[in-house]
Amino acid sequence: MEDYEPSQLSPYTYGCPKSFYVGHLFIPSTSLLETMAEPKTKYDRQLRIWGEQGQAALEKASICLLNCGPTGSETIKNLVLGGIGSITVVDGSKVENGDLGNNFMVSETSLGQPKAKCVCAFLQELNDAVKAKFIEEHPVTLIEINPSFFSQFTLVVATQLVEESMVKLDRICRDANVMLIFARSYGLSGFVRISVKEHAVIESKPDHFLDDLRLISPWPELKKFTEKIDLDTSDTVVHKHIPYILILVKIAEEWAKSHGGRLPSSREEKKEFKELIKAKMVATDEDNYKEAIEASFKVFASQGISSDLKRILDDPCAEVESGASDFWVMVAALKEFIANEGGGEAPLEGSIPDMTSSTELYINLQKHYQAKAETDFLVVEQRVRNILKKIGRDPYSISKTVIKSFCKNARKLTVCRYKLIEEEFNSPVLPELQKYLTDEEYSVAVGFYILLRAVDRFSANYNTFPGQFDGAMDEDISRLKTTAVSLLSDLGCNGSTLTEDLINEMCRYGAAELHAVAAYIGGVASQEIIKLITRQFVPMSGTFIFNGIDHKSQLLSL
Amino acid sequence: MASRSRDLDKLLLRPGHLVGPSFEPGTQLRDDLQEYVRILVVGAGGLGCELLKDLALSGFRNLEVIDMDRIEVSNLNRQFLFRLEDVGEPKAQVAAKRVMERVSGVNIVPHFCRIEEKELEFYSEFSIIVLGLDSIEARSYINAVACGFLEYDSNDEPLEETVKPMVDGGTEGFKGHARVILPGMTPCFECTIWLFPPQVKFPLCTLAETPRTAAHCIEYAHLIKWDEVHSGKSFDPDNPQHMQWVYSEAVKRAQLFGIPGVTYTLTQGVVKNIIPAIASTNAIVSATCALETLKIASGCSKTLSNYLTYNGVEGLHTKVTEFVRDKDCLVCGPGIFMELETSVTLKMFIDQLEDHPKLLMSGASVTVRGKNLYMAAPPLLEEMTRSNLGLPLFELMDKSPTGIVHVTGTAGKGDKRQSCLRKLRVAFKADGIADTDMAGGG
Repeated sequence: MEDYEPSQLSPYTYGCPKSFYVGHLFIPSTSLLETMAEPKTKYDRQLRIWGEQGQAALEKASICLLNCGPTGSETIKNLVLGGIGSITVVDGSKVENGDLGNNFMVSETSLGQPKAKCVCAFLQELNDAVKAKFIEEHPVTLIEINPSFFSQFTLVVATQLVEESMVKLDRICRDANVMLIFARSYGLSGFVRISVKEHAVIESKPDHFLDDLRLISPWPELKKFTEKIDLDTSDTVVHKHIPYILILVKIAEEWAKSHGGRLPSSREEKKEFKELIKAKMVATDEDNYKEAIEASFKVFASQGISSDLKRILDDPCAEVESGASDFWVMVAALKEFIANEGGGEAPLEGSIPDMTSSTELYINLQKHYQAKAETDFLVVEQRVRNILKKIGRDPYSISKTVIKSFCKNARKLTVCRYKLIEEEFNSPVLPELQKYLTDEEYSVAVGFYILLRAVDRFSANYNTFPGQFDGAMDEDISRLKTTAVSLLSDLGCNGSTLTEDLINEMCRYGAAELHAVAAYIGGVASQEIIKLITRQFVPMSGTFIFNGIDHKSQLLSL
Repeated sequence: MASRSRDLDKLLLRPGHLVGPSFEPGTQLRDDLQEYVRILVVGAGGLGCELLKDLALSGFRNLEVIDMDRIEVSNLNRQFLFRLEDVGEPKAQVAAKRVMERVSGVNIVPHFCRIEEKELEFYSEFSIIVLGLDSIEARSYINAVACGFLEYDSNDEPLEETVKPMVDGGTEGFKGHARVILPGMTPCFECTIWLFPPQVKFPLCTLAETPRTAAHCIEYAHLIKWDEVHSGKSFDPDNPQHMQWVYSEAVKRAQLFGIPGVTYTLTQGVVKNIIPAIASTNAIVSATCALETLKIASGCSKTLSNYLTYNGVEGLHTKVTEFVRDKDCLVCGPGIFMELETSVTLKMFIDQLEDHPKLLMSGASVTVRGKNLYMAAPPLLEEMTRSNLGLPLFELMDKSPTGIVHVTGTAGKGDKRQSCLRKLRVAFKADGIADTDMAGGG
């Protein structure tokens, strides 16, 4: 039989078995697309990633950018292109000749003008739907004399700040409950760090996640459905169009009966299980049985909830009181559900992957899963409303849509928490730091991490960055080394050293802000900002260090 | 007035310890980059726009860009060099113009055409070729061109001056990759073609008899029903009426089978193979490529060795893998070396392949630079090319002293005979007894 080629599978969606759906990456869920009223053609390519709701969140957000050198400008450019609501660019400098060599948003005609003004004008050109304004002021000054300035924003992007200012701004934003992200380019090194007290993600949309099929513990309706299926039917057409879900439920049941209710666990048993499936094949072209064998690992997978989810359920915030966020109220309801109606399981996710099957059986099966998911959702919804009442809130203050999405994504919930940068700087997780210092894969990245802090200390002492000006190179190298050693010692890492080569390299950079590095850092920062604002996908945890030498960049969890 | 090159100077004018092997810091280097280095950017879309900006601000002054497409509205969320009023204009031209407007001193020559339309000489003029493409075929083509310039010495070592570096980037949604290709030294695109998994196809029986998903219904309308109803007229995905027809047929089919989820947006996505795209991923991958281009051209730092993958779906993950060349690669490998008399005819050459210890190939067909010199099958082509058999191979290869020849035939010993394609590196010598078992590697 000839095969037809539909769309080309993307090179990035690996491991997608033949005849399954064409890669979840670029065909969003039908429910997502159904919520898209009128596709805004300009945003079409990104709407397919975060949908109308994500786009609405972006368009409502107001961003403050501190310093509009290339790092800040490139970060904001990506947000403006994406349709961010409003931006306020804060920078007190004027455009110099050197800026023409690294910043696309200033040109020869803007020499001598306020940089913030020029960058703003360019950004406005990129997307006239975005409200862009600028303030000609040095961010450091604003941080010192007008901290309440920052309260008006959804998120602050702080670029090219030194440690002292970072720490101050961090406190200001934390107190005002404003999201904050630091970004910095320094020669071939770079730094990105989110600082938010807590960021809960319902729509985490991970790349790969096990389907929620309940093959071992089918609920009553599913069980009844499988009982109507005869794997030994003599009708060959029917036989080869039984979906693998039904095959696996039945074989798993058969196995459990003859093994005292246990599941295949050893390699031998798993092999035996697959043989049982194979034995049911009556012809070599029965794709459904082949799929069942390939999918048998789904039977062996553990039941119940993951350790990640358990950690969330056990979090003190799950003991909700008045003032608890919607997320934690729903977590509390989820916890109750799992302990009661769920029987140890989260609400059923409700969707099934495509598989060889007759249309009728597939649609029927799909309806079973959707019905059970709906039933579970209704129970959770009721529990949510009860909890809201208990804590003195309007029981209808969380919408059905939100609760439904919560149930669908229950197994994938993620909570991100970020230390204050000061805490990280003063008391990093020592065992982690020591691990990085001794691991070759991390050596350049952690070296840059330490040296970025060291250059700030250096600059606080000597009023320039090491190597910033020609002529004092040898002296600067020696001073930077001393500073780095003393910093490591302060952190409790006596005896650890950084290589001479890296210290030299840092001095070579002389605080240069290279466009390509700024563009990279800007890309990373803007991507994380989008995740934070749309509340979709999981933002990075820890501190990202860019290593432009061999590209072994790393996320450090300190 | 302080230099415009204030920041780049730190990297180009100062000595360093973590630098490329032939790095010579100084103003000469900076000036040479501006004056002599020529970079070609292939593609002026999501990656191309970013690449042109990044390269223009990384010390390069001589850039060229090639792209056959025109600007569409859906490009505007990331291809930042284009504005609404540019829709319909050639991407290469507008991109070049916009960058030159903002970065004085840089010169960008746009080429609004297909990459296949350019002569090989065009590509050979560039110091480095940077790719911002969205298809495997296009990458394969440029790879074959660049690797085609590669020559080897008698020890099967690549001749450095014939190595044409390529830097290749690709993105999709939150994911991407960047790689450095130094033909003959690092793996080329073909060496690692297995990195791209095979296409997934919906079986015909699924589309025709047992559809289950919305995508099945859409592809039925697109690939089967269209031809039934419009026999002869080809489907044009850019024609809104065609797309609307496919959509309504898909809806009908979905209703018939009780399948939910067919929407116009999904229809477009499936039929046009729309890959979601955002500015941030393009920025990251392009910046990586531009940085590597700067390093290769100047030696100012160590280079990526040699493949970077990027995934920003969950947190952020980058990984560097050092892939190894396939020595037998048909595109970038040295091929099997054969020395031949100028008098050797094509038939004699084909006969020699049978006894050559490294080949043992029978029934060979011979191709040179894409031209079929002799086809053993099918009968029609065999007849057409039979007359070449009596001609000297040297003449058939335009009297070039060396050349690459591709041969296809059955090879192997005994039961293990199978069809295969081999790359040969042929060198001609005048008169004397033809001896294909000459030493000389290969």
